[in-house]
Amino acid sequence: MSSAVLTDSRWIARGTDRTSFSRFLGWLAPWFAVLALGVYAAFLCLYHGLNQTNMDNRFAFGLWIFLDLGIIALGAGAFFTGFLVYILKRAELRPILNTAVVVGFICYSGAVAILMIDVGQPLRAWFTFWHPNTHSMLTEVTFCISCYLLVLCLEYIPILLRNRQLRKLPSFLVFEHQLHNLVPVLAGIGTFLSFFHQGSLGGLYGVLRGRPFAFRHGFFIWPSTFFLFILSAIATGPSFLMLVTATVEKVTGKQLVPQDVFRRLGFISGILLGIYVAAKSIDTLIWLNFTSPAEGFAPWTYYIHKPFGTPVLFAEIVLFGLLPAFLLLYRKTAARRGWLLSAAALACIGVLMNRFVLTVQTLALPTLPFDDFLTYTPSWQEVASFGGVIAYGVIVYSLSYRYLPLFAQPNGEQ
Amino acid sequence: MSARYGMVIDLDRCTGCGACMMACASENNVPSLPQASACTGLTPMLVRKVSNGLQGSERHEAFIPILCMHCEQDTPCVHVCPQQAVEVDKATGIVMQMPQRCLGCRYCMTACPYHARYFNWWDPAWPKGMEKSLNPGVAPRMRGVVEKCNLCHARLHAAKEKAAAAGKREIDPADYIPACVEACATGAIQFGNLADPKDPIAQESQSPDAFRLLAKLGTQPKIYYKSKEAWVRALAEPNSGPNVEAKHV
Repeated sequence: MSSAVLTDSRWIARGTDRTSFSRFLGWLAPWFAVLALGVYAAFLCLYHGLNQTNMDNRFAFGLWIFLDLGIIALGAGAFFTGFLVYILKRAELRPILNTAVVVGFICYSGAVAILMIDVGQPLRAWFTFWHPNTHSMLTEVTFCISCYLLVLCLEYIPILLRNRQLRKLPSFLVFEHQLHNLVPVLAGIGTFLSFFHQGSLGGLYGVLRGRPFAFRHGFFIWPSTFFLFILSAIATGPSFLMLVTATVEKVTGKQLVPQDVFRRLGFISGILLGIYVAAKSIDTLIWLNFTSPAEGFAPWTYYIHKPFGTPVLFAEIVLFGLLPAFLLLYRKTAARRGWLLSAAALACIGVLMNRFVLTVQTLALPTLPFDDFLTYTPSWQEVASFGGVIAYGVIVYSLSYRYLPLFAQPNGEQ
Repeated sequence: MSARYGMVIDLDRCTGCGACMMACASENNVPSLPQASACTGLTPMLVRKVSNGLQGSERHEAFIPILCMHCEQDTPCVHVCPQQAVEVDKATGIVMQMPQRCLGCRYCMTACPYHARYFNWWDPAWPKGMEKSLNPGVAPRMRGVVEKCNLCHARLHAAKEKAAAAGKREIDPADYIPACVEACATGAIQFGNLADPKDPIAQESQSPDAFRLLAKLGTQPKIYYKSKEAWVRALAEPNSGPNVEAKHV
């Protein structure tokens, strides 16, 4: 009787080989501990207020905003893979589609959860829908992220309903079938929404006239960062998917997708990263020579504060931009899994660095002539809350991998 | 006729006594927060000390009161607020903050180049008994919302009510004076209507000694400063003063 309680084989798809239930629980246990600490830290922030963080009146955005922007960029693989498979008919990427949806769902739901802690009055979140300021980039972000999270939920449900036990319920089966038919439409809607909110996240800082380090001119109402964020997100989203899949393959000791999928994702990532690096370089030159001086700020002053010197700019564009783009596109390195994954990791670090520079360095730099360079170290509550989101992601992904057909091949095997 | 309320602050007269800060806190029911630091407290009016960066007999210091600049053009905080909790009152030019609608996202604080916006990191609290001395015309703000200088808007309301009771359409300028202006012992802070050419501050703002902070950003702030000292005027823009290093001390 007790052995029956301690097994979950009935919930695992037929023909798939998964580790024992007790070993799986052992894997989840530390992540649940991190999640519990994160939930406690989040409770402290909600109950006592944001005085639990180390943000202040000058450093009003901190770790959370940086990581939100980072994981939303990395989660772009979800919509972009859907776009490639359903809109551009790249069927060879189908094996990675389900995992892309789950990764996207985790990234976006985690980011929304953190945003709800990050605002001072979370119960007023609906005000943005009721009294929207259509001129605010944050309004666009709020609308698009909320809608896209709903789309991701609708895309995740059919995967969820393909669980062995849930499939036994006829109504679920019909519902799953109906939703599955909708997925191409949802992919189109998701693409539209994602292009906008990825861009708007870039626009959040690009429109800040009062922060000349971040302020950019652009096209119509959108600053150049709007387009750079879209490009960098769709360039690194596939790289992040590669990294996640390769990590799961390493942990489980199984080959989950054909090597061709990795090469195809690497090629797409490399091409887009190359375009992004070119656009980012042009944008930086325009900003250094025209935009910033016109606002009264000599660009060299941004780089006199250590550790944010010019090496950061170099690293962001060359080391974590141009170099991975080259490695992903060069035939000899792209053909070797080690180089391919290293390049993907560099690209992901690059996009995180870009988000860090735009959010944290912008606030650290002085604007008034008699201001000082600011420093900020997140509190344990901030770190733990975000650790909780990471743990939540690992748990959701682990459960999805174990009980759902994440890497189903055309013949149904995993 | 629409007004454009603003200030001209004579930095050569400012002694840094802080009376304006105290008056502001008292008028606007700013809570007493012993747990707050210099970076987490609520100081809608903040007097900062600056120097020319030199030492010995060549050293000069000045005090510069920083408050919301009530930017007129592309007001940075207004267009970023996702739920219209910030607006420019077209009748007065005052940049208004509505704490009742504020989500506490702090995007406006990020947008403000003057760091003149403050977040309520704690629940408002006053020492026992002090709550009896609160200004009944100003609502205390709750935890988790942003606040800033609104040029003592409650006083403008009172002036309007007085004018209405007297059957007048326009307020008497003597009835609307922000608390910091009233409290300044040296008369360093002058307040008035920049749109009225006869108003002394409209003329003062055009003086060769007058300047605005970060004017090149193009946001048209309505708080002017003036000083006869070149190094103080160099505070207006970064990198604008030859051989002058302005430092917050």
